[in-house]
Order: sequence, then C-alpha cells, then structure tokens
Amino acid sequence: MKIVYTDVLVIGGGLAGLRLAIGAKRRGHDAVILSLVPAKRSHSKAAQGGMQASLGNVTKGQGDTEDVHFEDTVRGSDWGADQEVVRMFVNTAPKAVRELAAWGVPWSRVRKGDRDVIINGQKVTITERDEAHGLIAQRDFGGTKKWRTCYAADGTGHAMINTVADQAIADSIPVHERKEALALIHDGTRCYGAVVRDLITGEVSAYVATATAVCTGGAGRVYRTTTNAVICEGIGHALALETGVSALGNMEAVQFHPTGIFPAGILVTEGCRGDGGLLKDVDGHRFMPDYEPEKKELASRDVVSRRMEEHIKKGKGVQSRFGEHIWLDITLLGEKHIHTNLREVWDICHYFLGVDPVKDLIPVRPAQHYTMGGVRTDASGHSPTLKGLFSAGEAACWDMHGFNRLGGNSVAETVVAGMIVGESVADYCDKLANTPTVPLGLVREFVEREQAKLAAFTKGGGTEDASAIKGEMQDLMTANVGIFRTGKELEEAVDKLQKLLVRSRKIGLRSPSLGANPELVTAYRVQRMLKIALTIAYGASVRTESRGAHFRSDFPRRNDAEWLKRTLATWKNDADTLPTLGYEALDVTRMELPPGWRGYGAKDYIDHPDTPERQKAVEAIRAQFASDRFAMQKALMPYEHLLPEVLRGRNERIDERF
Amino acid sequence: MAETNNSHRKIRIHALRYNPAKADDEPRIQTYELEEAPGMTLFIALSEIREKQDPSLQFDFVCRAGICGSCGMMINGRPGLACRTVTKDLGEDISLAPLPVFELIGDLSVNSGKWMRGMSEKLETWVHSMGNSPDIKRIEEAMDPALAEAVYELDRCIECGCCVASCGTARMRQDFVGAVGLNKIARFRLDPRDKRADADFYELVGDDNGVFGCMSLLACHDVCPKSLPLQTQIAFLRRKMVVQGTRG
Repeated sequence: MKIVYTDVLVIGGGLAGLRLAIGAKRRGHDAVILSLVPAKRSHSKAAQGGMQASLGNVTKGQGDTEDVHFEDTVRGSDWGADQEVVRMFVNTAPKAVRELAAWGVPWSRVRKGDRDVIINGQKVTITERDEAHGLIAQRDFGGTKKWRTCYAADGTGHAMINTVADQAIADSIPVHERKEALALIHDGTRCYGAVVRDLITGEVSAYVATATAVCTGGAGRVYRTTTNAVICEGIGHALALETGVSALGNMEAVQFHPTGIFPAGILVTEGCRGDGGLLKDVDGHRFMPDYEPEKKELASRDVVSRRMEEHIKKGKGVQSRFGEHIWLDITLLGEKHIHTNLREVWDICHYFLGVDPVKDLIPVRPAQHYTMGGVRTDASGHSPTLKGLFSAGEAACWDMHGFNRLGGNSVAETVVAGMIVGESVADYCDKLANTPTVPLGLVREFVEREQAKLAAFTKGGGTEDASAIKGEMQDLMTANVGIFRTGKELEEAVDKLQKLLVRSRKIGLRSPSLGANPELVTAYRVQRMLKIALTIAYGASVRTESRGAHFRSDFPRRNDAEWLKRTLATWKNDADTLPTLGYEALDVTRMELPPGWRGYGAKDYIDHPDTPERQKAVEAIRAQFASDRFAMQKALMPYEHLLPEVLRGRNERIDERF
Repeated sequence: MAETNNSHRKIRIHALRYNPAKADDEPRIQTYELEEAPGMTLFIALSEIREKQDPSLQFDFVCRAGICGSCGMMINGRPGLACRTVTKDLGEDISLAPLPVFELIGDLSVNSGKWMRGMSEKLETWVHSMGNSPDIKRIEEAMDPALAEAVYELDRCIECGCCVASCGTARMRQDFVGAVGLNKIARFRLDPRDKRADADFYELVGDDNGVFGCMSLLACHDVCPKSLPLQTQIAFLRRKMVVQGTRG
C-alpha cells in the first residue's frame, strides 16, 4: 500500500485550497494539494466581475465600511448567515485584497478626475478624487449599498488564481494534479486523510495527514443548466457526507445567476448590470423597475432571477428555437468600456453566440450558479463532529452566505477563508496532542474498501448506464428543484432520485479498465452526486418557507418563527437512500442585525418571537454608542476573538486614516 | 439563416487514439459520426461521443467557456481551444489530435499542467518583492491605472499550450520556455511590484532556451486564443536582453 504522509492535506486546488495551503506552509507545516486538474484551471478562474471589499476608494464607494458590507451580506443571506462569520469575513476582505495586490494581482485602478458612467440607464459624470488616483477601483454589484466590488477588468478570478497559484509554486507547495479523493479516512471521531485515485494511472493510494481540508468548490453539475465548470460535481461535499458523521449545512440553498447565456448557461458577469446594463423583455421594455423600484437590475440574484422567470411566465419572454429567454442589453455602455472592462463577456458572446455585445443584445436566462450549502464547520473552519477535518470556500458552510450569496462575495470568501482557516489549520497542527497515531490497519481497510468498489464496477455484472443515470438526475434537478419550488414537485424529485440512487448501485461499464477510464469516473461520481442531489431536494421539500434562493410557491413567506434555523444533513448508513435531517437554530438574541425586510423582494415575512425584543436592545446600544462605530459593533456582537490574531485590527481608508 | 440546412448535418470527427499506458496499443485514427446540433461546439460533440458512442475516449474540458485553457488540441491541424470551436464553422470532416510537445496522457489529453508548472518553477513566475511586504491593514500602494491595465493584458494568458504546440523551436529544444514563458517574463518585468532587474531576467531567459531560441516564426502569435501581443513582447524582450547581454 502506497502512503503519502503530510501535515496538511488540501483537497482542491482552487483559490480557497491554495490560500489555505500557503497559510499553513508559512506557519511551518507541510501541505500537499490534491487537484482534479492543474490548479490554475480550477473553477475559481471563472469568477469574472470581482471581489467585494469595503475599501471605499471610488467616489461611489465613499462612506463604505465593514459595517455596510456586513449589513448587505446579512440582508443578502435573508438572515440565514452566521453573523459572527460575516463580521470575520468583512473585516478580513480588505486585507485580502491588499495582500493580493502586494502579491501581484493587476487590480483595475482609480483614475482621478471626471468619467462618464451609466447609472439607471442614464449617462452620469462622476469625479474621482485626486487622493484615490492609482488605488484599487470598485464597481457596482447587486445587493450592495456602495460600489464595493474590486476587479481586474472582468477576469478577476483568473488574475487572482494566477497570482495565488504562482505564490504556492514560490512556496514550493506540491500540487498533485489529476488526483481524486475517493473517501475520507476516519474512525468516526477523527479524520486521518483520504484514499486517493490517480486519474492517469488508476493507482489507488492513501494520503495520511494531521489535518485534512475539503476545498472542492460547488456542486452545480447535479443540475442540467449551470454556469459551473464540468468538475464542479459536489464530490467534496459527498466525501464529507459519506463519513456519516460530518454534516452538510443548508444544501437546499442553491443560487441561480440571472445572466447565464442562453441556452449554453455560460456565465456573463453581474458586472454587466453593475456597470449599467439593463434587462429587457420581448417588447424591448426594461421590466425590472416595475418589480423592484429601488434596486431594479441590482437587487440580489435570487430576486432578479425570480423576477425574470416571473416575467417569462407572463408571456414576456423572447421566443427562440431553444425556448424562451430575456435580453441583456449592454450596448449603452459603449465600445471602449466593453473592450476594456467586459472583454471576457465580449469573447463569450462572440464565440458562443456569434453576437457582438457592442451592438447586439445578449440572450440570457437564469442558470444554477452557486452552492450556498456545504460542509458544516465552526467559525474557524473546523468540523464540529469530525476532528481534523476542515473546509473552506464554496464547499464549506461556516456559514457566511445563508440562503443567498451576494455577487462578489464568493471569490472574496475563497481567499478570506483560505487566510482564516489556513491559520486555524496551522494552530491545530501546532498542538502535539493533535498529531495522530496513525492506525495503519484502518488506513488499509479504507483503501481496500475503495478498491473493492471500483472492482465492482468493472466486474460486478451491473447493467445500468452511468451517463444515462447522470443525465436523468440533472434533468430532474433542473425541472423540479429549480428557482420556483413546490412540495409536489420536490416530493416527486426525492422519490425519483432515490430510485436513481438504487439503480446507480448496479452500474456496469462498457469500458472495464481500472486505469485512465472516463466511464469509471462517471460511475463512481454519479453515486456521490445523487446523494448530494437528494440532500438538496429532500432539504428543500421539508423546508416549508421561502428564504433567499429557496423559494416555495406553496409557502411564499419567510417564516422566522419556525425556520430561522440551519439544515444539517448526515448520511447515516451507506445503504440509506435519504439523508437524515437535523436542525440548528440561529440565535436572534445574539444577532447584530435582527431579522427584517431586505430592502428588495417580498416585504412579507413571519417574525421570530425574539426579534422585537432584540431589535429594541440593538437600537438602545446603537443610540448609546452613536459616535463610535467600533465600540458600537463590539457592544452589539463581539467577534474579534474568533479571528486569528494576525488578521485582527482595523482597515485603513482614505476617509478613515490611522 | 441557414439553420434549417445546417441543423441536421452529419459530421465526422476523426480523432487520434492512443493510450501510452497500454503496452500493445498503436496510434490510430478513429472516426465518429454524429448529427450536428444547433450551436454545437467541440465540447458538446466530444461529450456526446463519450456518452453515447465511446466511453473510453480521453479529452480534457473544465470551464467549457474558453477561460481555463484545458482543452487545447489540434483542430484540423491547428492548435486551438476545442470548447469554443463551433462545429458549423468547420467542414463535415473534423480531425482532432493531441497537442504535440506535451506528454501524452491518452487520446486528446496531454499533460500541459505538468509542463506549465515546470516552466513556472524555472522562470520564477511570481512577484519578487525582495522583502518589501506592505502592511495589509494600510492603504495599498498606488499604481498607474494604465500600467495596471497593461499588466493585466499580459496576465490574460491561460496556459493552454497552443503557443508551445505551434512553435518550431519547442519541437527542437525540449527546454525552450515558449511564448508562454517569455510573455510571463515580460509581464513581471512590466510590474513595478517585481523588484527583479534585467540582469535577473537575463539569467532566466538570456539563452537559446529563452528569448534567443525564438526563430521569429511567430505561429504563437497567430494561434493564441487570447490574442496576446506575443510578437511585440518577444521582440521587445529580446532587445532588452541583448542590451543586458552586451553590457556584460
């Protein structure tokens, strides 16, 4: 049995995993990154529009602080987020942008003086301050009160992962490419690493580590129509779920991005709307102000996606041979802006649609985009139920997005979580007591179990087709577990997915090689994807309210009285066909921002019984500390003790020097 | 639009098949026939072949949106990104082969990731701050907006390997860093945060495996899917390195 030993095993070579590994390595712990693909090809690369951080350099960002970013994020989450984690995040985001600037990310910069921008369909001249010249620029994004999204043209994730991946090379961190984790090795209380398969040779080996971090991104590919890369199949989620002890939080919270190009589902950035682009219907009418007079095209993604679908249902969609869609109009931004700040959008329109967005409209329709749910961890990124297991980024649920993530907060989260969890992994590895005595028998048992499962596919005499099952699952998820959900459709999905899961246990292969074999990969992944699909659909069918991206047409109101709680799903026995659901209440009495109206979307919700009292207490504290925002924040909800020491402290701004 | 004529066209994909891990395998061309769908890309076509005709066919796609650089292959003899190549722009017969130069994994899949990591280690493709690490709680260092845009322009490389696959020198010199490597040196040379001087860059690319190995055939410039200004960057870098080299 081949065993690789390391201090920190990072599963996933995207931004979260890379940054986490760099943090651990710089604290003196060896790290090995496993990646399905070369690190720079991870899905982090696809983040286009930018990364939120309250730098407040541009005129339209003046007055921005962590406080505003915090409120935007909590409202965006529809109060599903852990507010302490949101505080940790918003305080670290400016540091993350500035660290990346020092490492070489070519952030777009502020140019002093007048410039013309498009706001609400109108040309407006704004003047950038002299003292901001050359500092990192911000653009507007949905669900934010200030212009806060830092960007490198519209290749932000690309530029970020180039820099961070190269930094990992500079730090001599090995990335074991084309390797896939098949199972986490654990004894029910503690994680010892993973069973790993080489996708080129098919060799199965063990990686044993003091700390194991799941940083595998999202699960978009359980849907048919998604903006996600083909590797985003939720396998990291499934690895944690299959331990039987690690829980997945809020998997029913799935984001649909308003502007996937139609019909391919490839993303065009929210920056299109942030920079002034408009959504139009079959009559060329700009319809979003009819529904959302305040935020219009720039309400949160869940709201905009629902309004678009609602408008299509009213017969206002544009007919095409593939079905109906909406138009995205960025022609008013002008050629120069598109060729400078939206060039990936131009490329995508040119190559995939054959249209020129400088003069043509772009056909768009909402597509699955982001997995808010993930491996449940505490605020340090550590699993509360499986010692030595950590998670960061989209794969994790520590839980800063709740039921809807704001645009620009995911690529920000990857790096921020990498910084924070990298430190907590290092703290964990520092303690001698956490160095495991490796139970080699257990390691061998896990390796042999996975080898036996692989052999069963090639020699087990199964007759089911892996690709066909995967296709049925994807169609079902898109049809029944989408933007608008009903109990009936969800129950039907759960029922059919269970049947697919049972069928997937009898998959046979046409191409029975244990070496490089794409069919074998589909076979073992589809079993895991079905568990994730079931966790999403079952969680959604039980949650009889609407919150953020989880919208139940049969229960359209947010119901804090009954549902202000996080879903926790575990998979108790391998033979089960359903996850076991548990719930974890969110404590209103400790919230800095008690639940209320988001400022967009439905105004109608059912209050939690603790909300009015907490609201009063919060108002009293706000009045008492009105002159000092830091003291006020500390009195409302202390959080700084949760941050690693090196990441504590205030952030300097032009308007807030120290 | 000719959609009615094109939507049911039969196309034939002639793919090079070879699995170097199998001792008895011989390279061969295998032909797959399929019905063209509207808007079909080579990503869609190859995925359909794998799902319905041949589950063993190896190829690489990740983003399928032209931004990750995974799917570089020889398309009718020319390196390009398969994911954003639309079949209706090609004839009814399409030949596909793996990119040359890179280690072959199998069929259309090559290990360009390994090559790129080696190149990055050799050329040290990261900002060398020389101990200048700013306090991240403080306002960031200003940078000229036009310069930031210029750095971003060169940073758009997706390491797909098309430039290397099209390069005459890369066929002859195994250690040639290719246009991808030279462009990276140009990118860091332009970046004021990188404190390396031309003398340092000369150590990295001032030889025949670097900028003096380029024969100026410049196929790299023609095939680059991101239209990077490789021709001017290589010429400029060569001039700077000549100056550095003659300075002694």
